[in-house]
Amino acid sequence: MTFRDILGFVIDLDLLDRYGWRFLEGIGVTAQLVAISFTLGGALGLLLALARLSDKGPLRWLTGAYIYFFRGSPLLAQLFLLYYGLGSLRAFWTDLGLWWFFREAWSCALLAFTLNTAAYQAEIFRGAIRSVPRGQREAAAALGMHRAVTFAKVIFPQAMIVCLRPLGNELILMIKASAIASLVTIYDLMGVTKLAFSRSYDFELYLWAAVLYLLIVECIRRLWAVLERRLTRHLRAGDLPQPAQRNGLSRVTKTALKPNAQ
Amino acid sequence: MYKAILAAGICVLAMTSLTSAQEKKEIVVASEGAYPPFNSMDSNNKLQGFDIDITNALCEKMQVKCTIVAQDWDGMIPALLAKKFDAIVASMTITEERKKQIDFTDRYYRTPLSVAVPKDSKIKDTTTASMKGMSVGAQSSTTQAIHAEEVYGKAGAEAKLYPTQDEANADLANGRLDAVVSDKFVLVEWLKNAGKDCCKMLGDIEGTMSEAGIAIRKEDKDLKERFNKAIKDIVADGTYKKIQSKYFEFDIY
Amino acid sequence: MQDVLSLLSFSDGGWGAALAAGTLVTLTLALATLPVGIFLGLVVALMARSRSPRARAAATVFTTVFRGLPELLTLLIVYYGGQILIQRLMASMGYEGQLQINAFLAGVVAFGLVLAAFSSEVWVGALNTIARGQYEAGSALGLSRWLTFRLVVFPQLMRAALPGLSNNWLTLLKDTSLISTISLVDLMRQTNLAVGATKQPIVFYLAACVIYLLLSAGSGLAFTVLERRANRGHARG
Repeated sequence: MTFRDILGFVIDLDLLDRYGWRFLEGIGVTAQLVAISFTLGGALGLLLALARLSDKGPLRWLTGAYIYFFRGSPLLAQLFLLYYGLGSLRAFWTDLGLWWFFREAWSCALLAFTLNTAAYQAEIFRGAIRSVPRGQREAAAALGMHRAVTFAKVIFPQAMIVCLRPLGNELILMIKASAIASLVTIYDLMGVTKLAFSRSYDFELYLWAAVLYLLIVECIRRLWAVLERRLTRHLRAGDLPQPAQRNGLSRVTKTALKPNAQ
Repeated sequence: MYKAILAAGICVLAMTSLTSAQEKKEIVVASEGAYPPFNSMDSNNKLQGFDIDITNALCEKMQVKCTIVAQDWDGMIPALLAKKFDAIVASMTITEERKKQIDFTDRYYRTPLSVAVPKDSKIKDTTTASMKGMSVGAQSSTTQAIHAEEVYGKAGAEAKLYPTQDEANADLANGRLDAVVSDKFVLVEWLKNAGKDCCKMLGDIEGTMSEAGIAIRKEDKDLKERFNKAIKDIVADGTYKKIQSKYFEFDIY
Repeated sequence: MQDVLSLLSFSDGGWGAALAAGTLVTLTLALATLPVGIFLGLVVALMARSRSPRARAAATVFTTVFRGLPELLTLLIVYYGGQILIQRLMASMGYEGQLQINAFLAGVVAFGLVLAAFSSEVWVGALNTIARGQYEAGSALGLSRWLTFRLVVFPQLMRAALPGLSNNWLTLLKDTSLISTISLVDLMRQTNLAVGATKQPIVFYLAACVIYLLLSAGSGLAFTVLERRANRGHARG
């Protein structure tokens, strides 16, 4: 009995031959879409968070409006606004030399997802940066450190640790949300599923997609947990060689280590 | 606590509409609503178009009460199989692949596939060679989608599939697509209205003349016979011609 | 600008009334889903804390599945798969009739399951805030377990859970836009129809975004009032 025979008990082999490869391609597309938009969104989100925390009124106000807009309306509406809305201004984009970008469904979806996740990540970063106690800033200032250095060396690393868990959640939310890219001609995992279903009308295909999405999300969740454990390794009292450092934990990092702290 | 769960269960049951074993005095017919002139939505969300007029004429002939519901194209056949309705009158082409799942009545009109392109397009004709390297749009789950994917796609075109015909047309007008494949009369209608400034007809695709039929479940043999007889009747007594003249200047039967 | 206003107006040829009707459907769907999801979430949370390993395992599987699946996929599976399942179930019970799952019901079920998975975490967190002593005090007063839950635990639970639940509600409100893909004429689909008819995508998609924002803002206010109510026993000073 070969592996194929065993597989045959669980899934329709004929369907697997016809669409198996396309499903793998679909996973690849979903992965790229999420990886790129999540990373770019992270960078943009960090900038937004800093602007949101700045002491310049208009900057705060503008970023606040941006974040409110992208968090308050559905991603689906944002995607359509970008793809069909802005995409209908061909002459305008051609004049600007940007039509190549708005022509492609891929780049439109990427932009919509990036702008959306940036708003959510900005709120995560903002909360984390604010959770670092004032005293840290004051101590750094007392040591004569420049504000930028203080942020890079003192505030940011501590904030990142607080961010880890919510960022992981946001990554998973993005993977799930990316399924709507299928509505604008992109063959991601969901798009491939719908295509295959439109040919065979076999409901089993939706169940494949469900299992694949669950596998992806579960893998990410576990990987993220490992990552989190590694990055907070130096904070776990039990693992520390020198007990003297135990008392060195700040209030922030302690909350970060509590299982349900968010 | 248990009482609360029970109550919730009863509520859910009450929200589903239970209909008893049906005698086919009333049939539910589905159409799409995004495929003018055959079916579209007016501003009051009511279905209208050739498919709808034909349905009403057929139901009158069969002396049954028909309810026409809107259903998204992608879910048409699954919903028919799931008994959400009894028949589809939505310009569905009769194909062998579909016949594996469902059954069709005789045709109620015939159409070739055609290609529309932007006015300044350099595509010469509808042969596969001309489509190489072009992005070709079509509505998904249709015969034209299969044509775009299997024929043009294999010859080096990029097939892009949309949930509705409207969206594919919009992207042709926006300049995202080099060509759109669809039923001829749908493209003709669009080029007369919204598409008249941007686009033109390239021509029919050879060998794609196909028949649109009413889709029903395989086990409903009786319903199929009644539809077939009604189609014959409305063609014979001139009702069909009258409806046709509302939409087309030529014969499509 | 004049054109834009007339497109969105309530007069003839304007789409204002249509958008309002769509908004109403969106709100109805979200409001119908809310109690289903919240209640189911509480049940799952109680299962997750139960002493029976089977109940705990079931709760874990439930939350893993419905937190992990894309909402769009959950919706499609409930809409198509649920119908097939019910059909088979009823056929096997020898019942000949038909039970329809329409788009609205499919939405309530699918979004209800998702909401249950997410709100169960909020409930678990809230349940953790309630000290054992509360239950013991309840039984010392001679209250039954159900009465202890209803009169002692639940009011405190609501207070701890409200902020989390308000987040769940906002997510739900936005998720309902996915129902437009299975042909329920909600705000999103009405917008699509308007775009199809008028070829004005920017105006209408922007209008849709703004309406969703207003709904979010409105529910934000409602939750502030609710939280104040829930907290009135804990007024400072």
